[in-house]
Amino acid sequence: MGYDPANPMADRITDIGPPHYEQFLPPVCKKNFGKWVYHEITQPGVLMHKAESGDEAWTVRVGAARLISIELIREVCDIADAHCDGCVRFTTRNNIEFIVDSKDKVQPLLDDLAGRGNKFPVGGTGAGVTNIVHTQGWVHCHTPATDASGVVKAVMDELFDYFTSMKLPAQVRVALACCLNMCGAVHASDIAILGVHRKPPMIDHDAISGLCELPLAISACPLGAVKPAKATNAAGEEVKSVKVNNDRCMFCGNCYTMCPAMPLADPEGDGIAILVGGKVSNARSMPKFSKLVIPFLPNNTPRWPEVVDAVKNILETYANDARKYERLGEWAERIGWEKFFEKTGIPFTIKSVDDYRLAYDTWRTSTQFKFTSHIK
Amino acid sequence: MPKHDTPLLDELEKGPWPSFVSDLKRQAETKPECWDILGQLELSYKDRITHWKHGGIVGVFGYGGGIVGRYSDVPKQFPGVAHFHTVRLAQPSGMYYATNKLRGICDLWEKYGSGMTNMHGSTGDAVLLGTTTENLEPLFYDLTHIENQDLGGSGSNLRTPSCCLGKSRCEWSCYDTQALCHHLTMHYQDEIHRPAFPYKFKFKFSGCPNDCVAAIARSDFAVIGTWKDDIRIDQAAVKGYVNGEFPSNGGAHSDKDWGAFDIQKEVIGLCPTECMWMEGDELKIDNSECTRCMHCINVMPRALRPGVEQGATICVGAKAPILDGAQFATMTIPFLEINADNEFEEVVEQIEKIWDWWMEVGKNRERVGETIQRVGLPTFLKIMEVEPIPQHVKEPRSNPYVFWQDEEVPGGFERDVREFRKRHAQ
Repeated sequence: MGYDPANPMADRITDIGPPHYEQFLPPVCKKNFGKWVYHEITQPGVLMHKAESGDEAWTVRVGAARLISIELIREVCDIADAHCDGCVRFTTRNNIEFIVDSKDKVQPLLDDLAGRGNKFPVGGTGAGVTNIVHTQGWVHCHTPATDASGVVKAVMDELFDYFTSMKLPAQVRVALACCLNMCGAVHASDIAILGVHRKPPMIDHDAISGLCELPLAISACPLGAVKPAKATNAAGEEVKSVKVNNDRCMFCGNCYTMCPAMPLADPEGDGIAILVGGKVSNARSMPKFSKLVIPFLPNNTPRWPEVVDAVKNILETYANDARKYERLGEWAERIGWEKFFEKTGIPFTIKSVDDYRLAYDTWRTSTQFKFTSHIK
Repeated sequence: MPKHDTPLLDELEKGPWPSFVSDLKRQAETKPECWDILGQLELSYKDRITHWKHGGIVGVFGYGGGIVGRYSDVPKQFPGVAHFHTVRLAQPSGMYYATNKLRGICDLWEKYGSGMTNMHGSTGDAVLLGTTTENLEPLFYDLTHIENQDLGGSGSNLRTPSCCLGKSRCEWSCYDTQALCHHLTMHYQDEIHRPAFPYKFKFKFSGCPNDCVAAIARSDFAVIGTWKDDIRIDQAAVKGYVNGEFPSNGGAHSDKDWGAFDIQKEVIGLCPTECMWMEGDELKIDNSECTRCMHCINVMPRALRPGVEQGATICVGAKAPILDGAQFATMTIPFLEINADNEFEEVVEQIEKIWDWWMEVGKNRERVGETIQRVGLPTFLKIMEVEPIPQHVKEPRSNPYVFWQDEEVPGGFERDVREFRKRHAQ
């Protein structure tokens, strides 16, 4: 039958939710559900989970772009059909996992993956860099301050060796969000790549009356920088509009989210900030927010060399200095943030000193500090 | 649609990491609108700015979420992406798929969309990127009728819940994350599809305090597995680690020589509560001091396991920085049994206490974590009917500004100043 545009409500099905997960579990996972005893990463990208029954689930993890085509998904299905009884799963970090029920089946799977060019890199486990979680960027979003897929591709090309190996002190979670809305929630990542704006919104007086609810645009500003104002449109008419106190703007873009007549994107104004030292896990120390250490790097397309260098420098300084198990933020706290800046060679600027709400929590109210090169 | 020159994007076909540009080009052979994705993206790389317009409300009948409108600001140049709406599909819990299911979705997306996807989006949905308004209803019809597949959430509603893979392939999961996630997704279909909240609301379910779905950082209602009793110890396996028979941390550090395993330094010395010690070759744990951080279990997975009295800790109110700054979720209920037999009644009860209150007092576009900040944690704990306990805070307050209530002070707040003056002259 199919959809009938003349009768759109005919035999309509709604509110059925997602299909039940159980039907998609690989047989070895279904059989041993809740009966797993331990696991081991036998080589980068290969995990073995042991069940009480003695069964083993062998998982091969491969990296993928977040933006993938149905052609690629069909190729993934071909691989899963050939090796994994037609089962496959995705991780929360956009990796793909192929699960088989015996060690013998791992090598043929690895060989198959290796024979498909660079489409299916095996890795992303243990003390390495796994896939970068990210947002849409210029591929599909209206508020970004940078691209997402391209920056991630450039950074992962440079960190590739850390994806396919496990030689870091601990796992390093890299994340990218293309604006402060942080659909990618980079606020608790070891290394966060964040798109930022640096110019206040322009006001399109010709369009604002038709596009925006002015009270919503005004209340959208957390710092009260947007005020009602009369303005003159291109036709010379006086219109109700808004004005922005540029001195109070922190470039969050929340006004643009509420009012399309207040665009703030700009080729020179927009770029990337780097934040580091966040973590989600409760292991050893409590979860931590990422902290801003580089306030701005330019959108130097197509490969963002400044961003790639900055991420690599932070990662390798940490790798050479941290203790086994220590996450990036735990290392920075142990050595002190003044040492973090000294060791990485990142210039400390006033922009890393918080002056937003709750800022005082981050100021040092102690005589305990280290005499680094910052003290002249 | 013709092919466009993409000299800047072509640079992203180099290097070892999988290239989304090469993938788009391959897809463009059968879905020529992908040439226009590449063309418009190339223009963004040249202009260093997005070429997508702001929003646009589109959807399917009866739903207020699940589709995100998207239009090009250069539609004449790139007609293939003039309309380019996003379709969010509710993902199966744990993100396992059968290939016939995936192929079915691919076939529909070949017929009705651009052929490009995100597997998956940040919240967890399988995301189909790029279709026209007129294709939405036919696509939705076929998704529901052929694939038994519904849309996810968007806007001020319950967003598509997501979970870690839980008991399906992890020895640490303290409750069945997939069962709870699926149950609540089905139970709250109306809240997912028909926005009625002040702002978005997210559920995330992690099986243990390692929190692989970042529930504590990213969800308004975080359910994180934990246990009450003693860490299970296999002393023979402890000896195995000490003797170097098993790799530390499940083999996670095997590409660098960190020296021989040292249980004192790597486990006992890194325990945040210093509640472990060796007696001879036996590992001892004072479990009453343990905060269940998972470090020792992570390092010696064959020797140590979470206890058997399992459940979850409920934390409320995480969000990214917009607007008042990032928040982690605040520990609200230390331990809740997660019981499928009564359809997770206790969890549902907690969720609805929050919603009943937040839907009344929450301001437009105020996440529940911000509402809690605005009214204060003491008020929120009263709403939740939770006794305040030291576990709710990292430390007691350091200011004395207590909001005493009238009924707490003998005689109450009402006093007669003239009576006062009889004893205390002005």
